[in-house]
Amino acid sequence: MSEFYSEKDLQREVTELQGKSATAARLFDIRRIIGGLFVIYGVIVTIAGFTASDADIDKAAGVNINLWTGLGMLLLGLFFLAWLKLRPAAPAPPGVEPEGDDLAE
Amino acid sequence: MQTPTYLSAELRLPTNWLDYTILGIYFLVVLGIGFAARRSVKTSLDFFLSGRSLPAWVTGLAFIAANLGATEILGMAANSAQYGVYTTHWYWIGAIPAMVFLGLVMMPFYYGSKVRSVPEFLLMRFDRAAHLLSSVLFAFAAILIAGVNLYALAIVVEALLGWPEWVAIVVAGFFVLAYITLGGLSSAIYNEVLQFFVILAALIPITVLGLKKVGGWDGLSDSLTKSHGADFMTSWGGTGIGSDNPLGANWLTIVLGLGFVLSFGYWTTNFAEVQRALSAKNLSAAQRTPLIAAFPKIFIVFLVMIPGLVAAVLVPKIGTSGSDLQYNDAIPYLMSQLLPNGVLGIAVTGLLAAFMAGMAANVSSFNTVFTTDIWAKYVVKGREDEYYVRFGRLITAVGVLASIGTAFLARSFSNIMAYLQTLFSFFNVPMFVVFIIGMFWKRASMKSGFWGLLAGTTAAMVNYFVLYKQDIIDIPSDQGANFVSAIAGFVAGAVVMVAVSLFTAPKPTQELQGLVYGTRSPGMTEPPAPGDEAWYRKPALLGWGAVVLAAACYIPFSF
Repeated sequence: MSEFYSEKDLQREVTELQGKSATAARLFDIRRIIGGLFVIYGVIVTIAGFTASDADIDKAAGVNINLWTGLGMLLLGLFFLAWLKLRPAAPAPPGVEPEGDDLAE
Repeated sequence: MQTPTYLSAELRLPTNWLDYTILGIYFLVVLGIGFAARRSVKTSLDFFLSGRSLPAWVTGLAFIAANLGATEILGMAANSAQYGVYTTHWYWIGAIPAMVFLGLVMMPFYYGSKVRSVPEFLLMRFDRAAHLLSSVLFAFAAILIAGVNLYALAIVVEALLGWPEWVAIVVAGFFVLAYITLGGLSSAIYNEVLQFFVILAALIPITVLGLKKVGGWDGLSDSLTKSHGADFMTSWGGTGIGSDNPLGANWLTIVLGLGFVLSFGYWTTNFAEVQRALSAKNLSAAQRTPLIAAFPKIFIVFLVMIPGLVAAVLVPKIGTSGSDLQYNDAIPYLMSQLLPNGVLGIAVTGLLAAFMAGMAANVSSFNTVFTTDIWAKYVVKGREDEYYVRFGRLITAVGVLASIGTAFLARSFSNIMAYLQTLFSFFNVPMFVVFIIGMFWKRASMKSGFWGLLAGTTAAMVNYFVLYKQDIIDIPSDQGANFVSAIAGFVAGAVVMVAVSLFTAPKPTQELQGLVYGTRSPGMTEPPAPGDEAWYRKPALLGWGAVVLAAACYIPFSF
C-alpha cells in the first residue's frame, strides 16, 4: 500500500459492509414508537385536564393547559400512527432473510 | 450564555405521582428502543452508522435534537433574559447558513467518499498523521463535552426534583449507556427523534402560558421597551460599529465571528452532528439531513427566547444581586410558576430528554471514532467485523464511565457555557480551518493537514492557558478570551497550512478525486431514488428556501 490510505480500499470495505448490513431490513419503524408514546401521554394529560381543579387553572394563567396539551399530543400521536398505516415502510429488499433469533417486536 | 452553576432552592417543583408516571414511561420507552434496535445490528456499519440506511426525516430530526441539548435550551433562554432579541442571531445567522452550506456544498464530498467519520475524511485528504491527531483530539473533546452535559443535568435535577447530584449522574449515565450499547447509532438516533417531539411538547405550553401571563406579544414588547430600552426588542438595533450594546458585539463581529468561524466550525466539521447525516440511506437523504433540520431551527428560537423575555418581565431584577434568580433559571422558574401537574411532568421529561440527547450524541460519535479510526487502524488491525462491534460496545461503556469522571471536572468551572466554548475553541476551530482549506485548495499538501491542526490547537491553548490565564494580555472575561482563542487558532492553522504547503509536495491529483472542490468521483452523483424527484425533495430548493426564510424572519425584528 502506498503511503496514503487508498480511497478504493475504504470504499470497497464500506460497500461490502453495506451489503451485509441488517439495519434496513430489520430496524423497526420509529413512527410506531412516537405514535404510541404520544397517544399514551395524550390520554394521560387529557384526563388530567378533565379533572383539573380551579387552582390548576388559575396557576396556568386561566388556561386549562393540561386539556389543550393533552389533545395536541393525542393528535400528534394519531398523526404518526395514521402515517404509518397509510405509507408503510417499503418491504425488505429481496435476499435479506430475517433471522430466527429475533427478539419479538 | 451561562448555564447553571447553581439553581435557586425556591425552584423545587411541586411534582407528584402523575409527573413521575410520565417520566417513568419515558425511561421505559428509551430502554425499549435500545432492545428493539439491537436486532438490527449485524455489522460494524450497523452499529456505528446505522448501515447508511435511514430516511432523511429521521436523520434530519436527529441532527437538530443532537444540538438541542439542555445547555442550549437553558443557555439560550438565559441569553434572551439578559440580551433580549439579539438571541435570534445564534439561529438565523449563526446556524442556518452553515447548515445549508453543509447540505449543499460539503455533503457530496463527505457522503460520496463513503467515509465513516470526519477524521476518516482527513485520512483520505491528507495523511495518517493528520488522521491520528484529529481522531485523538475529537475523542478527547467528545468525552469532555459529554461530561459537561451530564454535570449540567445533575445540577438541574438536583434543583428541580431534589435528587442528589451523584444519583442523577449515575441514573442518566446508565440509561445512555444501556441504549447505545444495545442498539448503537440507530438507537441513539431513534431516541433523538423521540426527544425532539418531547422537547417541543415541553416548550410550547411554557411559551404560550408565558405570553398570556404578560398580555401577549404586545404586552411583552411594551413592558420590555419601557424597562430595557427599544434596542432590547430588536435584532440589529445598537449594533453599529462603535456603538455600545449589552452584547459587546457589532454587526461585523456578529456576521464574521458568530456567523462564520464559530458556526461553520460547529455545524460542518463536528462529527457529533455530521454523523447523523452520514447514516442517511442515500446521497439525496444525506444532503437533506441538515436542510430538513434547518426549518425547525429557524422557529425553535421563539420557544427559548419568549420564555427568557417573559422571565425578564416577571422578575425585573433577574440575574442581578436584587434577585435570587439567575438568568439560567428563566425556564425552570416559569415551569414552577405556570405548569400544573401533568404538563409539568411533560416539561421535566423534556428537559431530561434534552440533556440525554446532548450526552448521547457525543458518546455515540466517540465510540465510532475510537473504534473505526483509532483502534481498527492503528492498534488491532484486520480482525473480523464482529470483533469491532464487540469492541464498540465495550468502548461505549468506557466512554460513559470517563464522562462521569469529566462531569466532576466540569464542576470546577464556575460558568459551564464558557467552559464549553473554551473546548470548542481548542478543538472545533482548528479542525474547521484544516477542513475548509483542504476541501477548497487543491495545492494544500499531505503534510500541511497535520501541522495546521497542531498549530491551530496549540495557538488556541497557548492563548488561553498562557496569555489569558497568566494575565499577559488583558481580556475582560472568559467569553472574550474564548473568542480571541478561536481567532488565534483559526489564523495560526491557516498560516501554517499555507506555509507548509508551499514547501512540501502536493497530493497527486488522481488521489484527490471527490475530496476537493471542483473534482468529482463516481459516488458524488447517483440517480435519484424513486420518489426523490419530487420538487419538495430537491436539496437546492430546500437549502435556499431556508436561507430566504431566515432572512425574512429578521425583517419584523429589524426596525
